[in-house]
Amino acid sequence: MATASKSAKRRYEIVENKGNSEDVDDIIEAQVSDNADDSTDEESSEYSGLEDDEEDDSGDEEDESAWEEASDEDEEDDDEEQDMSTNEDSEDDSEDKVAPTAVPIEQVESSTTAEEPAKPVEDEYAYDSSDEEDLRNTVGNIPMNWYDEYPHIGYDLEGKPILKPKRGDEIDNFLRKMENPESWRTVYDPQTGQDVVLSNEDVELIKNVMGSRIPDGSYNPYEPWVDWFTNEVMETPVTGRPEHKRSFIPSRIEAMKVGRMVHAIKMGWMKPRVPKDTSVERHKYYLMWNADDKSEDVRRIENPIPAPKPRLPGHAESYNPPPEYAFSDREIAQWNRLADTPYQRKFPFVPKRFSSLRAVPAYDRFARERFVRCLDLYLCPRAKKMRLTIQPEDLVPQLPKPRDLQPFPTVCSMIFKGHKGLVRTISHDPSGQFLISGSDDQTLKVWEVATGRCFKTFEVKGTVRCVSWCPNSAIALVAAAVDNNVYLINPGVGDRLVQAKTDEILKEMPAQTDYLIPQRVRAVLTWNEPDKEQWASGFRVILTHFKAVKHVAWHSKGDYFSSVMPEGDNRSVLIHQLSRRRSQLPFSKSKGLVQCTLFHPLRPYLFVATQRHVRVYNLLKQELTKKLITGAKWISSLAVHPGGDNVLVGTHDRRLCWFDLDLSTKPYQALRHHGQGIRAVAFHKRYPLFASGSDDCSAIVSHGMVYNDLLKNPTIVPLKKLRGHDKFDDFGVFDVLFHPTQPWLFTSGADGTIRLYT
Amino acid sequence: MGPMKKKYEAGEATKYITRAQALKKLQLNLKDFRRLCILKGVYPREPNNRKKAQKGKLDKKTLYYVKDIRFLSHEPLIWKFRDFKVFMRKMKTAMEKGDKETVARLKENKPSMKLDHLVKERYPTFMDALNDLDDCLTLCFFYSTLPRDTKVPANLISLCRRLTVEFLHYVIAAKALRKVFISVKGIYYQVEIKGQPVTMLINHQRGFKPTSASDVDYRIMTNFVDFYTSMLGFINFRLYHSINLQYPPKLPGITVKEDATDEDAVEEYNELVAALNSSLVTNVPQAEEEIQIDEFPSAEGAEKLEEAKREAEAIERLKSLFKGLKFFISREVPRESVVFVIRSCDGEVSWDPSIFAGATYDETDESITHQIVDRPSVDKQYLSRYYIQPQWLFDCINFRRLLPVEDYFIGANLPPHISPFVTERLGDYIPPERQMLLALQRGETLPAEQEEEEEEEEDESEDDSSDEEEEEGKVEKKEPTKSQVVKEKKGMKVMRGRVEMPDVKGMEEEDKEHYKFRELMIRNKDKRLYRSMMKNRRNREREAKRLENKRKQHEKEEKSLKKSTSSGKALTAKWSIQPLSATSDTQTKKMKMM
Repeated sequence: MATASKSAKRRYEIVENKGNSEDVDDIIEAQVSDNADDSTDEESSEYSGLEDDEEDDSGDEEDESAWEEASDEDEEDDDEEQDMSTNEDSEDDSEDKVAPTAVPIEQVESSTTAEEPAKPVEDEYAYDSSDEEDLRNTVGNIPMNWYDEYPHIGYDLEGKPILKPKRGDEIDNFLRKMENPESWRTVYDPQTGQDVVLSNEDVELIKNVMGSRIPDGSYNPYEPWVDWFTNEVMETPVTGRPEHKRSFIPSRIEAMKVGRMVHAIKMGWMKPRVPKDTSVERHKYYLMWNADDKSEDVRRIENPIPAPKPRLPGHAESYNPPPEYAFSDREIAQWNRLADTPYQRKFPFVPKRFSSLRAVPAYDRFARERFVRCLDLYLCPRAKKMRLTIQPEDLVPQLPKPRDLQPFPTVCSMIFKGHKGLVRTISHDPSGQFLISGSDDQTLKVWEVATGRCFKTFEVKGTVRCVSWCPNSAIALVAAAVDNNVYLINPGVGDRLVQAKTDEILKEMPAQTDYLIPQRVRAVLTWNEPDKEQWASGFRVILTHFKAVKHVAWHSKGDYFSSVMPEGDNRSVLIHQLSRRRSQLPFSKSKGLVQCTLFHPLRPYLFVATQRHVRVYNLLKQELTKKLITGAKWISSLAVHPGGDNVLVGTHDRRLCWFDLDLSTKPYQALRHHGQGIRAVAFHKRYPLFASGSDDCSAIVSHGMVYNDLLKNPTIVPLKKLRGHDKFDDFGVFDVLFHPTQPWLFTSGADGTIRLYT
Repeated sequence: MGPMKKKYEAGEATKYITRAQALKKLQLNLKDFRRLCILKGVYPREPNNRKKAQKGKLDKKTLYYVKDIRFLSHEPLIWKFRDFKVFMRKMKTAMEKGDKETVARLKENKPSMKLDHLVKERYPTFMDALNDLDDCLTLCFFYSTLPRDTKVPANLISLCRRLTVEFLHYVIAAKALRKVFISVKGIYYQVEIKGQPVTMLINHQRGFKPTSASDVDYRIMTNFVDFYTSMLGFINFRLYHSINLQYPPKLPGITVKEDATDEDAVEEYNELVAALNSSLVTNVPQAEEEIQIDEFPSAEGAEKLEEAKREAEAIERLKSLFKGLKFFISREVPRESVVFVIRSCDGEVSWDPSIFAGATYDETDESITHQIVDRPSVDKQYLSRYYIQPQWLFDCINFRRLLPVEDYFIGANLPPHISPFVTERLGDYIPPERQMLLALQRGETLPAEQEEEEEEEEDESEDDSSDEEEEEGKVEKKEPTKSQVVKEKKGMKVMRGRVEMPDVKGMEEEDKEHYKFRELMIRNKDKRLYRSMMKNRRNREREAKRLENKRKQHEKEEKSLKKSTSSGKALTAKWSIQPLSATSDTQTKKMKMM
């Protein structure tokens, strides 16, 4: 039963479910009653449900007509069917059980006479059985001679007619029979109309049956009896429950299902399945785009970016590349060496010349490369990037030509020789006629710029760290920092009147009537008078400090000057007043190692450079106004533009920072033009020039124009690299200095010379 | 003030979603998600600010647009995936139960996908589709050559084969082939469709070497091919439609019913189509009209117009490059690529009928002009035809003219085959063969004539230089006499001023120094870029120099070789100029020897 319903399911599907539940119920009821009768019938066929239904239809004509009214269209067809089925069924009932094997046997015996039409009418249903296992013909249990007039013999599972095979006339049959050694065991199958050759087992079976033995030849009827099932009733059975009725009556549910299907088939709702031709369906193409460029509105992914196209091949990829592209032995060796890191190879293959197209092998990485491309297509993040179409030259700023920015020093025109040690420091007199230099050979030398002649030499005991000519042209005085002392020296050159006046001023110490030197200052510094010898050799005042003095700087008026002792902690900066011979310590706290100090040329400000920062103090208000952050590790030198708003800071880490005080406390521009640390920087007083000297033995002159217009930033153009000094002990240029009126530059170097560039 | 804003609740962070989140949102597993992404063309995006987009997480994640994922969630294909999953579950159960009926029924109702809507959605215009055709073609060609025993479904392979053959037919019919290149990876073809260049790479068909599973995952590629087949089908349809061909392609004179049950006949027909040797049936017989470029006078474009005109002429020439030539292909030559190349330039071609169906004439045909051979020698040669190597065809197409056949004769040492896809930048190395091609494109004379001219020029220039030298000598001789004259006449005199040559060297040095300073003044933010650009340029220059030197070295070696075997070379050279007569000569010599 179960298999039947399954096969029915396989073959049919319900097209339209218009089933009337009432009718179905009726059918089922009838069927159940029938089933009760048939239940003992062991040979109930596969299609017993179907049969029963049909039976039922014929029996309960009233019911049938009742649900037939619902669908008038099909009335006539159904009637015909009914007639047919009544016929069938009435006869079907009469005979049910006949051994199916009877047919072939008869035919074996008289195969020639089997199909003789003249034979007396036999019982059509004599060979009926539904026990056949392999049913090809679906006509059912009907006498096959009904199909005698038709070209086909029945219908297959798909409902297509089974055509009768061609059968020759008697003579052909006879001849075939004579020639065929198997003919004695060939039988005719009336179900399919085919000749079937019986197997040995079949023949054996037939013989057994004819000899009225047990058909299965292997069965031994005289086996010893094994008492599997004892007749003794168990005292405690496994379950006491009597078997349910359900277990021995046919399933009602399945009967209902089958009934519904039968009904559906009758009504034409259920049709045999048409096999789908999926391949045709799937690969049917049509005109998708009507125009080339016009797009219809379709929803797409957000902001689609087309995948970049794969790179096109170069000459090296050719199977026959130009000889320069083919790998040489060295290149092949290198290619092999990169086996662990193949991404570093120039090509994924070895460019090589093949003598002919035939010799080119398959590319073994082809599949891999395709695969990687696929991975790229769906895994690589995409973004739109702007491609630069510029040449590197476009990045270089357009600067005015140096020729247009003349004058500036270009050639070394004079070398001042005479010092025996490094010349650490130089300074010029206010008119620019003389130059003083201080050296490690414990001398100060005064030179005339125009001739290059050394006018005077001052012996000092100690290395000269700094010299500074007093900017006041009314007095001739030079401050020189030598070890712990600051000497104020009358150089004894230039205008005699001025010299004499200076001597007069400094001859006597001004009266310190109501002034008490503060304790703090007294501990740091004493103003000393030189003895006679020293006076005669030019020394006028000696300021003895408690630590080594590294730097002195004059105020532009020439009365005040400052001295710096880097090791003095919070007492490292001193400001002295020459006219009153007084000193003060402006800072009470140490802010780090002070490198140098400078006075603002116009306003009462003091620039103090510590290792990293430059602090700007207002001397009147006695407060910090600005702190310039250089970003460098060690400041070496400081220069202030004569306008006072721009500051140059040179650092040991090769950087030259230009600060515009109006703009910011950070550098307006940081230039790294030198190869080594910068030792000195200087501004020109008149021309828009500045220079920097460095340990790489060069000085660079640059154009630095400051505009009066506040909105316009300074323009900085490097102009010329001046070389000439020799390297000594890793030192190059120590100091740079511009001539006050001419575009000339003095540099002092570690090789003991001073050079003048004009 | 409103409520306090939380971090990552607006802006970049809300625009992106990680892959794990996307999987969770779509309720798909990674495999299905990958497939969906491949089919829908959704890919990760690179955010402007990765840290913000990842909500502060530092490890690199695959990010998708949230909008893309939302778009994916509306895709009906997801339901197909789920259906398929259910189907597989049912199948598995049935298979394990051994329930053959159910298996058969389930198989019949196997859920299938249609990807038509995806093609339209991903490529709203036909040009978009063409733009993305490169990968599609290359992969489909690759799949069409796969053996049937790999993990790839066999029907996909045959579908790929069908579609690619259809595409080749289109290229032949439209004469759209522009450039070809035989590389070690395969043969590149560049086709121009509607003004768009489409480049495809077809691998050398040499036998399949299986790749390890870790190398290549065919399942992923199959997902791509699934989409590409439907895309290529629609493109083919559109292309056939555009040149009035019937789709699917039909051969004239042969009729096979579409629903014919005879599989052999269908296969035979398909093979005839794949032979690429006959033109297809058109819908409407069309009259070809040539489009002339109208001349529009423009101020700066005169040269460009000229160039465009020349280009158009060259392409016209290319389209009928092999017209009137009759080729025969030997059996060792890759048939399909050669036939494709010849036919798309209007040539006639045939081959040994035992290799492939569709041969039109025999080797014995006397009207054959060229036989393409890829072996060192042929036993029986016909005097009426050239025996040439296949590279000749490819080089002819790249040069867009018929090259002299001498260099490509059977057994000859072939000239280098250069890539037509290279676009040189300033300072790049250009091999001499490429220079020749460029000169030809510019419309200059043939290389042989040029060389002669050059030689003549060289001679002339040598003459000039010797003349100059003589003149200089004369000047030098004259100078002392002048000075003597000056010495003789002492006293006040106005002399003619001498022209002082500017110090060129000094100026150059100055400029160099100035440039160095300018380099130093590059803004900090451009400095790195500038350095890398300069580094690249230097590398390129070095590479160019290296190649040039290598070439020079090679040529030197060649020359020395030639000198050592000069006598033999001369003979071969003579032979190579007139091959037919040369063979006859040798024959006569042989006769004499006898």
